Amino acid sequence: MNKDLDLPERSKAPVNLAEDTILDEATVSRLLELGISRRGFLSFCTGMASLMVLPQAMIPKLAAAATAPTKPSVVYMSFQECTGCLESLVNSFAFRGGTTIDNLILNMISLDYQETLMAAAGYQAEDLLKTVTSKPGYVLVVDGSIPAKWDSGYFVSGGRSGVARFRDAAKNAGLIIAVGTCASFGGLPKADPNPTGAVSISELMASLGIRKPLINVPGCPPIPEVITGVILYYLASGMPSLDSLYRPTMFYEKTVHDECYREESFEDGPFALTFDDANARKGGCLFKLGCKGPATHNACSTIKWNQGTSFPMMSGHGCIGCAEPDFWDRINLNGKKGFYVQLAHGGDDD
Amino acid sequence: MATPNVIIDPVTRIEGHLRIQAYAIPDGKGGGTIKDPGLSASTMVRGVEQILKGRDPRDAWAFTQRICGVCTVVHGLTSVRAVENAIGIKVSKNADYIRNMMIGAQYVHDHVMHFYHLHALDWVDVVSALKAIPANTASLSAKNNPNYKPNNGKLPDAIYFQNVLDRLNGLVNRGQLGLFANGYWGHSAYKLSPEENLLLVSHYLEALGWAREVVKLHTIFGGKDPHPNLVVGGMPCTLSSNTGPVSEDKGGTSLNTAGLAIIKKSVDTMKTFVDQVYLPDVVLVATKYKEWADYGATEGNFLCFGEFPDPALVKKEFVDGAIDYPAGYVFPPGVIWANNLNGLFPFDESKVTENVAHAWYSGSDAGAHPSVGSTVLNYTGPAPDSASYMLDESKRYSWIKSPRYNGQPMEVGPLAHILMMHARNTLDTDKQVRTGVAQYWTGALKLGFDQLNSTLGRIFCRMLETKIIADQMANWYQRYEANKAGAYWNPNTFTRLTQPKSWPKSVGFGFTEAPRGALGHWVKINPTTYMIDNYQCIVASQWNAGPRDAKGIEGPYEHALVGHVLADVKKPLEVLRTIHSFDPCIGCAVHIVDSEGQPLVQVEVNHSYRSLS
Ligand code: SF4
Ligand code: SF4
Repeated sequence: MNKDLDLPERSKAPVNLAEDTILDEATVSRLLELGISRRGFLSFCTGMASLMVLPQAMIPKLAAAATAPTKPSVVYMSFQECTGCLESLVNSFAFRGGTTIDNLILNMISLDYQETLMAAAGYQAEDLLKTVTSKPGYVLVVDGSIPAKWDSGYFVSGGRSGVARFRDAAKNAGLIIAVGTCASFGGLPKADPNPTGAVSISELMASLGIRKPLINVPGCPPIPEVITGVILYYLASGMPSLDSLYRPTMFYEKTVHDECYREESFEDGPFALTFDDANARKGGCLFKLGCKGPATHNACSTIKWNQGTSFPMMSGHGCIGCAEPDFWDRINLNGKKGFYVQLAHGGDDD
Repeated sequence: MATPNVIIDPVTRIEGHLRIQAYAIPDGKGGGTIKDPGLSASTMVRGVEQILKGRDPRDAWAFTQRICGVCTVVHGLTSVRAVENAIGIKVSKNADYIRNMMIGAQYVHDHVMHFYHLHALDWVDVVSALKAIPANTASLSAKNNPNYKPNNGKLPDAIYFQNVLDRLNGLVNRGQLGLFANGYWGHSAYKLSPEENLLLVSHYLEALGWAREVVKLHTIFGGKDPHPNLVVGGMPCTLSSNTGPVSEDKGGTSLNTAGLAIIKKSVDTMKTFVDQVYLPDVVLVATKYKEWADYGATEGNFLCFGEFPDPALVKKEFVDGAIDYPAGYVFPPGVIWANNLNGLFPFDESKVTENVAHAWYSGSDAGAHPSVGSTVLNYTGPAPDSASYMLDESKRYSWIKSPRYNGQPMEVGPLAHILMMHARNTLDTDKQVRTGVAQYWTGALKLGFDQLNSTLGRIFCRMLETKIIADQMANWYQRYEANKAGAYWNPNTFTRLTQPKSWPKSVGFGFTEAPRGALGHWVKINPTTYMIDNYQCIVASQWNAGPRDAKGIEGPYEHALVGHVLADVKKPLEVLRTIHSFDPCIGCAVHIVDSEGQPLVQVEVNHSYRSLS
């Protein structure tokens, strides 16, 4: 990992939110135009605050950003990926009735390039990419790893290599967000023996000498609210605090094990030993079935998945560690790889 | 062939990275006609199968699942079935019910999103929608979608559509069209009225909200979506001993009272949206674009591996809770040849070959059975980053191999499924196909049955199969509900995996009919290390999107472009319509395996047994 990348200062300590946060009249009326009540907005902020340590002073800024006449441009580019990251992001958007808070997030940005969803194709898409990346300051979201060798032919789009496409798009970006474990750490393409010479975005930036702020949002895929939460935070308040792997600490400081409700039985059991035994039904700890929760930094057990519906351990399968670097090749107990092999240590072994 | 003058790269609104080239004979007015087959090329590769070598077979599903995040369940499940087949494990009733529901949910979710979010903008002009009169749109909605009440439980009225218009105008006024920028708006091939356009744009937006609700079924059973968890031997989720919410004190699992209610609600929500919105919208679009039943035909060879073992046909229950089905699949396995749409022939796995003559792999040009294919990445295409980058159909030009059945290219996917069911005509669901075709296609639309082999036919068949599956979901849910306290997982699985002597054979195969068509995985497990020796996938979009074979016979995408008349070769909307009608999933189509050329041993395909494996 290249330590030369611009790392921001840690953000201030959190302040508790209050219902009486001041929002100016103009902002409130613009929120209403978007179909969002003041109350609904504040309760959303309170919810987000508990997830991502949102300072109270930020709320008016957030509201201003949400209702700004011109939306910040987001350019989303895909490389060696599976579209799972985008699919996850799409799950965080809702339009029905026009009053959901996610709608606000969509209204806060202008998604100017995204190949899976955009109307334009071919020439018109390439043309659009040139236009939107010519105005400096946009947020560049990237999913997928990139083959390090530009002329390998392992990634070509519009006749251009992944390396060239990324380099050109990064040039005027104000911030780069690597979404998913593939973009953050190399992910599946980089798994042993890395047949295509795939590298992560931070590695490619280092080798190309691109010095830009970078945020890694790992997960295979990441939790949608984490992706949108990071974008939201950046727009309202600048760079969030990051750890040494460029992960925002507000979402990745703790392991999924820290907040797992099965932790009750982690020390002394009862452990689930098969997937449907009595202990599995009781919600016993899945450690002996290979759960990688104690070594995995992510927010699955707090935010949960698909609007708080469930998360892997709640549905009976151990964590496979999908937000960690090289999780596909993790060495566990007795030197073995595998999602059903117990961790070598009981706790955070990073 | 003359230098291609129709180039689409990147093809957007698909999964993965695809390039299309074709030559249209110019008409002197900027348009032209495509007389020869086009060229379809995948330009991204990751090497998933090579990565699988030497891994624990229990883990393979998680790797193959990441072949595609859109058809996330089917690749995982096909892998699980392949490993279960290799080690000779039958799974419990509940596992099969849940798997059916998960694949079914995948179909309904994918097909609806394909229509609205990936395909609709080929037919719907967003800029024209800005001219719609809201009150007229409300009357149109009341007529077209009389039961759909997204407006706080009421029919959408003029104010409702004015709101949608305001939001669109907001994008226009601030000059930030976002995802709608640079479309082919105003193209002469757009035929809908402003009100029809506005109605469909409004459903486009609403379908996003709907989609994130229905995936909750995957979340309850699999813990997350995309990429829910699966397990060799059954399903990892199990009924909670605590009916209330999970907690540190009370424990429990996602399958509690609330979780079961979410599944039921997902199932209901799927059906309502399909009946009230998707079905009538497809019929509306088809009515306005009937001429598209004359474009986009493939050679007329169709293939289906079979899917959705019908629980109504359960024959026998084994001691360990596993069940046996006779060969009763909602989508029958089979083959249809040369547009003989009533002749359903049996599928024989040994007739499948893969050809790399025009793909970037080293190896023999002769077609080989997947079990003996030897393929190593070998890029020989043009160097990227040059203005003269162009692919040449006389050389190698794609990361997709060309699968063939009996030496012929085959179309797979919804059109194939519907034709198979129509030809079989025994199960209730087959009759449902006949009724649907008679009511809408040959009835209201007055189109010929054989015209289903077309761009419009593919769209229609995708909708019809979605309707059939959405109806079946309730049936599978009921059966699961009645048996929910039973087994979810076969405890012999992991012991069996560590005792290779008890394996019936070391090679397994798993088949699934994915939303985009026939999908098969082959796994060979090493009898001494218990790890994967070889892994091979033959994937739906590979059949459809593959390049020419050694004989120069083009793949279905390439063939389907012949005859297209373009109004403007610089805005090849007509080409996109046909390519999108296949629902390309290119991440899926590209895969490699690094085999030593060892035969995987002859694999027997026995469909009456397959659901257990
Ligand atoms: S991180 Fe996972 S979900 Fe995202 S592109 Fe990579 S494989 Fe797909
Ligand atoms: S080991 Fe896994 S199941 Fe057990 S408490 Fe930790 S995260 Fe939860």
